[in-house]
Amino acid sequence: MAPFLDAEFGNPSGIHSVSRRAKNALEDARERVAALLGAAHPLDIVFTGGGTESDNLGVAGPALAGGDRGGVVTTAIEHDAVLETARFLGRLGCPVAIVGVDDLGRAHPAEVAAALTGRTRIVSVMAANNETGVVQPVAEIASAVRADGPQALIHSDAVQAYVSREVGLDSLGVDLLTVASHKVGGPKGVGVLAMRPGIDLEPVIHGGGHELGRRSGTHNVAGIVGMAAALEAASKDRERFTHDVEEARRRFETRLVAEVPGAALTVPGTDRLVQHSHFRIDGVDAETLLIRLDAAGVAAAAGSACHSGAIEVSHVLAAMGMGVEDARSSVRFTFGWTIRPGDGDAAADALVAAVEGLR
Amino acid sequence: MKALVAMSGGVDSSVAAAVMRELGHEVVGVTLKQWEGPDGRLPTAGCCTVADAEDARRVAARLGIPYYVLDYTDQFEQEVVARFGAGYLAGRTPNPCIECNRRVRFGALLERVGALGCDVLVTGHHARVDRVRDRYRLLSGRDRAKDQSYVLHMLGQAELARIALPIGEMTKDEVRAEAARLGLRNAAKPDSQDLCFVQGDYRDFLREHFPDTARPGAIVDEHGTPVGSHDGVSGFTVGQRRGLGVAFGEPRYVVGVDASTATVTLGRRSELAVEGCRVEGVTFVGGTAPSGGSRVEVKVRYRSQPVAAAVYPAGADWRVEFERPQEGVAPGQAAVFYRGDEVLGGGTIVEAA
Repeated sequence: MAPFLDAEFGNPSGIHSVSRRAKNALEDARERVAALLGAAHPLDIVFTGGGTESDNLGVAGPALAGGDRGGVVTTAIEHDAVLETARFLGRLGCPVAIVGVDDLGRAHPAEVAAALTGRTRIVSVMAANNETGVVQPVAEIASAVRADGPQALIHSDAVQAYVSREVGLDSLGVDLLTVASHKVGGPKGVGVLAMRPGIDLEPVIHGGGHELGRRSGTHNVAGIVGMAAALEAASKDRERFTHDVEEARRRFETRLVAEVPGAALTVPGTDRLVQHSHFRIDGVDAETLLIRLDAAGVAAAAGSACHSGAIEVSHVLAAMGMGVEDARSSVRFTFGWTIRPGDGDAAADALVAAVEGLR
Repeated sequence: MKALVAMSGGVDSSVAAAVMRELGHEVVGVTLKQWEGPDGRLPTAGCCTVADAEDARRVAARLGIPYYVLDYTDQFEQEVVARFGAGYLAGRTPNPCIECNRRVRFGALLERVGALGCDVLVTGHHARVDRVRDRYRLLSGRDRAKDQSYVLHMLGQAELARIALPIGEMTKDEVRAEAARLGLRNAAKPDSQDLCFVQGDYRDFLREHFPDTARPGAIVDEHGTPVGSHDGVSGFTVGQRRGLGVAFGEPRYVVGVDASTATVTLGRRSELAVEGCRVEGVTFVGGTAPSGGSRVEVKVRYRSQPVAAAVYPAGADWRVEFERPQEGVAPGQAAVFYRGDEVLGGGTIVEAA
């Protein structure tokens, strides 16, 4: 991607050779991303300014297409990019239904289907939750939706899942699919909305009609080229990643349960992304623990950071029926692509020491 | 030593962090998220805002120290805002900064210093702590115009042993000069004036959050004769002259506020002066009470001059007898006892008479 930050500065929308080279790089990236996500044609790939924008377009685009105020069905554990878009659409007059999840954080196909009405235009269910890592039965939900509401399109946010799961329009059985660059080590601020052919979208970014009018704005060529490379690399590395991280997590969680009194996995026995370990430690304040871990060089999370940087109690845990006090003692570890099996022991060492320091 | 610095985003606490670092201590900066807007975010206007937290974060980055925002919204709501409302509902004029220091900063946060891996809590208050043999003393700030020892009077030996107030030795001008020298972006930021959780008029805040404070009632003269009406006693404090909505030939002042009947009583300036007051919840910095009749100086408001008085224990409370009658002694405010620069202790005024 580096040349497109420097000598290859062309705007792909121009007509001269400098622009043409940028345009070629852009369309090359589009072809590669289309192949990765199973899009029928490269033009079914829309490049955006990140996962959040892809979610906005993937949900609001179909709901508002054709001047309609179409209905939205989604789940209580979606990323805010989807939930806040749904709430925004609700303020515009779209009927919005937010479906709950069970206590392990799973949405159920029958419950999603039961929320459909004749006005439903878009159903959005994430491939896997970004906090707990719990994998959602998207394909089953898609089948149930198609049976009960054939007019509805299905969108899935697969930002979190992509690095460790095969993610595509066909494999998930969806019509629209969000993937982002930054979760696979690519540049931040670039995302994709992949879609089936022939879907009518109302744009959320208006302007000069780039991306076939679906997303205006001068292309972030370097970012897009970088994202395509990162998505390809992650796809090729998926088997190795899954193997190493699964072993790292196994080592980490074995010691967590054995050596930290009061520690318990949040979603035991569920199908969850291999890179996630979500757990609760009785009587330990997550905020304090994270600060101690930071001092020890371990970057972990709890809930999500708000605008000021304070930790907010997770809406995902609340949707799973967890009380505020339990949520405040819950912590998430995620393992990235640099993790090797032995890093699970190092993470456990740091956690055990941090918890001992607190007690 | 590892210092936890409570950073508001203002220049005082920023320089406090810088001073600790220059003294060679390991420093961690934190901002307390104390209040949030209806959407759960920090307010964007007023004090205690996203912009203030951002200022603190940038200063921390400039100083090369770790920085976190800690969520204290629940404690702040229960311990500070609820008491603030309850005070007005009781016809008092509460000082929420004092309750915040007592219960949040030097309460919940101080208790957590060890858990956060630190040894000492540092704030940017203009006040000083010194140690004479094994006793700690709380002293007013070197910059008398900025002295904040009044709002710290509740600190005892256990607290003083675990805090540092490094800018108490500096004047405000010196603090700003130091901030400018270090290139801190808030070097010229104005001092905060208002309550951190209130944007605009505190009476509007009370009306919104504690609707009972907006109960209309009568304004009466010293004989109990109605002379006007008001929209809620929260707009009135003893000693107030402006905004009474009632015109007389001779200036009148609020001399009493009775929340139970929503009555505001006006009187002449001569009626405003009281011989003394009763003070509850009195604590002493040194841990031991002075003998009854001790001569001290007393401050009855944050921005008033200390006046000579004698203090006497009166059951669980203390009685303050002013050497000369004092005006504007408002229940709910703190009475803080000084001897020269030294804070002896203090409590909350419950009755002025």
